[in-house]
Parts: sequence; C-alpha cells; structure tokens
Amino acid sequence: MSQPTLFASVQWTVTALTRHLRGVLESDPALQDVWVTGEISNLSRPTSGHLYFTLKDAGASLRCVMWKTDAARMKLALQDGLAVEAHGRITIYEPAGQYQLVADLIRPTGEGALYQEFLRLKAVLEAEGLFDPERKRPIPELPRRIGIVTSPSGAALRDMLDTIRRRYPLADVVLAPSPVQGVDAPAALVAGLRGLNRLVRPDVILLARGGGSIEDLWAFNDELVVRAVAESEAPVISGVGHETDFTLCDFAADLRAPTPTAAAELATPITLIDLSAGLANYQSRIANAIVSLINQNQIEVSNLETRLRYFSPARRIQTDRQRLDDLARRALTGLVHRAALESTRLKGLARRLEALSPLAVLERGYALVTRAADGGLVTRVAEARAGASLRVRVSDGQFGVTVAKPKSVEEA
Amino acid sequence: MSKSPAPKPVGELSYEAAFAELESIVAVLEEGGKPLEESMKLFERAQSLAKRCSELLEEADLKVRQLSGEELTGFEGEE
Repeated sequence: MSQPTLFASVQWTVTALTRHLRGVLESDPALQDVWVTGEISNLSRPTSGHLYFTLKDAGASLRCVMWKTDAARMKLALQDGLAVEAHGRITIYEPAGQYQLVADLIRPTGEGALYQEFLRLKAVLEAEGLFDPERKRPIPELPRRIGIVTSPSGAALRDMLDTIRRRYPLADVVLAPSPVQGVDAPAALVAGLRGLNRLVRPDVILLARGGGSIEDLWAFNDELVVRAVAESEAPVISGVGHETDFTLCDFAADLRAPTPTAAAELATPITLIDLSAGLANYQSRIANAIVSLINQNQIEVSNLETRLRYFSPARRIQTDRQRLDDLARRALTGLVHRAALESTRLKGLARRLEALSPLAVLERGYALVTRAADGGLVTRVAEARAGASLRVRVSDGQFGVTVAKPKSVEEA
Repeated sequence: MSKSPAPKPVGELSYEAAFAELESIVAVLEEGGKPLEESMKLFERAQSLAKRCSELLEEADLKVRQLSGEELTGFEGEE
C-alpha cells in the first residue's frame, strides 16, 4: 500500500473532476443507449414538467430524470411501485455529483417481449412481401361505398362518421362491427374484413381504433389480421391509435393514417367543396364553349348574309328595273322619232290627197251634175231629159237647173 | 361518350354517372367541331347534368348500414 504524495501540486478541482467523469461516461456508447429494468420509486412531477424518479431493484438504485418533452409523449401513467423498462443514456448531474439515467422511453415490463414478437413477425411478413410498396393500391377519389371495421361503440367510429359526413356524404358507409381489443378481437377483425369484401364490395375499407396502450392495440399486430389486410380486395386504410403508434396492419395497409379521423379524411380525398368548385368550373367552361361556338356561327352567318345579299332577288329586281327604265327610255325615243316621221309622211299624203279631191277640179271651173230626184250623177246627155230638175255643184256651193234642150255632141 | 340511342334521363343518374357524363360533354364542347344544333343539345344536357349534380350534393345524406353476419341492416348505434 503506497502512501499518498502529500505535497504534490493539486491536479483537480471538484468541477473538473466531475466533468471528467461525466465525459468518461458519456463517451461510452454502451452507456448512451441502455435499457434498464426496475421498479419506480420517489416519483415526483414538479411544475417544470420534468419527471424525477428512482429505479431500484433488490440490490441497487438509479436516479432517473425524464425531460418534459419525452414525458409529455408518454402514454403510460407512472406510479411508485410500477415495474418498468426504461430506455435512455447515463450521465452525471454535476451540481449533485450524482450519476443518473436520462430516460426517453418507459414501458411496462413485459412489453419488451411483445416488441420482440412484433419485430419477429414483421420480419417474416416483410420477407413474404406483404409490405411491398408495389402491393399498395391507390385509394379511389370518389368512393361510393366505404367499409369500416371498428368497434360500434368507440369514439373512433363517431369521429370517422362525422368526418365522412362532413366531407363526402355521397358515400354509403357499411360498418363491420368488431371488438378491437381482447382475445376475440383478431378473429372478429378478420371476419369483418372478409365479410365486407365478400358481401359489400366497398371501394375502400377503413380499419381503425382509437388510441390505447400497446397491449390495447395488439390485435392489429396479429398475424391473421395483418394477412387479412394484405388479402383484402378493397384497398385498406389503417388508422390505429395515435400518430406515434405503428402496428403491422399499418405496414400491410395500402395507406396508413395516423388516427381514425385522418383515415376517414384519406378515404374522402375529394370533398363536397371540391366537387362544388369543380361543377362551377365545368359550368363556366360549358358556357364559354357554347358562347364561342355561337359567336363563331354568328360570324359565319353574317359572312354568308353579306355574300347572299349580292345575289338577292331585291338586288336582281333593282337591276331589272333599271334595265326596264333604260328600255322604256329607248322605246320612247324611238317612238317620238317615228311619230315625227309619220307626221311628215301624213302631210305629204294629205297634200297628194288634196290634189286628187273633186273639189280641186271644181276649183278649176268644172261642175258636178246630179239628178234632183235620186241624186244620181249625170254623165251623159241621155240622162238629162228636157224639163228634168238637176243640181249643179260648183266649187263653193250648188244650185238647181231645169234641162232645156238636151243635144248629144254628134248632134251639135 | 358515343351516341347511345336514348340517353338515360338525367334525374335517374347517380352523382358519379352524371359527373362523368358532364366531364365528357365539356371535353366534346371544348374540342369544338360539332354542329351547332348538336352542340346546343349537348349544352342543354350538360346544364341539366350540372344541376342534377348540384342537387345531389345539396341533398346528400350519409347512409350508414351495418354488416350483421350475412346481412346489411340499419345502423342505429350513432348518438
């Protein structure tokens, strides 16, 4: 046993030593990712929101702290005496010189075994290809019929129905009621999935339950249920538990929703509001199309009208009338000309006629002798008996005579 | 939408059917090239289809049934 060196210079302050020790612990990877089992004691939850407790077993105890953010995510209600498995990292709280576990996850003892089973089954099903991305089918945008497999009495169902009613009430919903936890749950969930596919043929199926502990959600990690999800003809949307919960059904489903409400939203991607907007859009597009068609036709019609006017009867009549006027004018001109000509000819004829008139002869000193008795013309001596009354017509009148001594030329 | 001899009365169409037909008429009208008279008929049909869709949207009321064994029954469990 060696003596301490009494007069050596001081090498450490307490702070420096503590910090050094902290560094040693924090640089050991094994101590930065530990699961520790033990029983909770001295649990305290100050207003800061952080959790302080001690984990102990028969032989030792370990100071633990859980920061507010991790504590808030915890579903497990901690209490003294609870046997738990805590995950976290080992560090030293320097002011107290005390090493401690900074826990980020705490679960009941035994859950670790469940989790191991979860991982084993997940690996098996994954190897079979049940979770392959190529298997995922698209979710229809306008589901006519939505199948729901969940508990008929849970808040999850009410939330989903409210969501669907608000977003897309055109859908029909068929519920396959099933317990969602307990020993009967897996078989009932499988029967619900199969029954819906066989009898209802929905466009999409929601497989859902509200939040709970990992044991509560365990039916959704059941191998038969997971296989029934993968086999479903209708695409399946899973909405099990809360956002942080992952079940094997989530992996097998065509779409994973963080909650039942979110599942109902994903099943109704197009809402009434979208539809109304789409309708209005179509209505205005139809109106535009028809208005432009009518405009186009109107332009064509007015073009045709313009061209037609050129050939219209009215225009023809106008033209004809003009031609008629022209003809009339020409006819009249001809007529006048002709009339003048005729009049000249007429005058000539009149003159010639005049020359032939017996009256003209009378002018020259000849007389016309007729019998007074019967008006017959006397042209021979034999026709003039002595004592007979005759009329003598001269150029300006007539007078009566009595025949005295008729004598023929030969006799004279 | 090739010419079916007698198109179904608009009042008998489901929302999906009415909307699908409306969609195809919009495409035909926007493409143009149909005679005016036919276009006007399509337009009138489209208008009644749109009206039918709006009415169905307004009237829509979620129908919930329950699968009981092999049968569909009304679901009363909401409340």
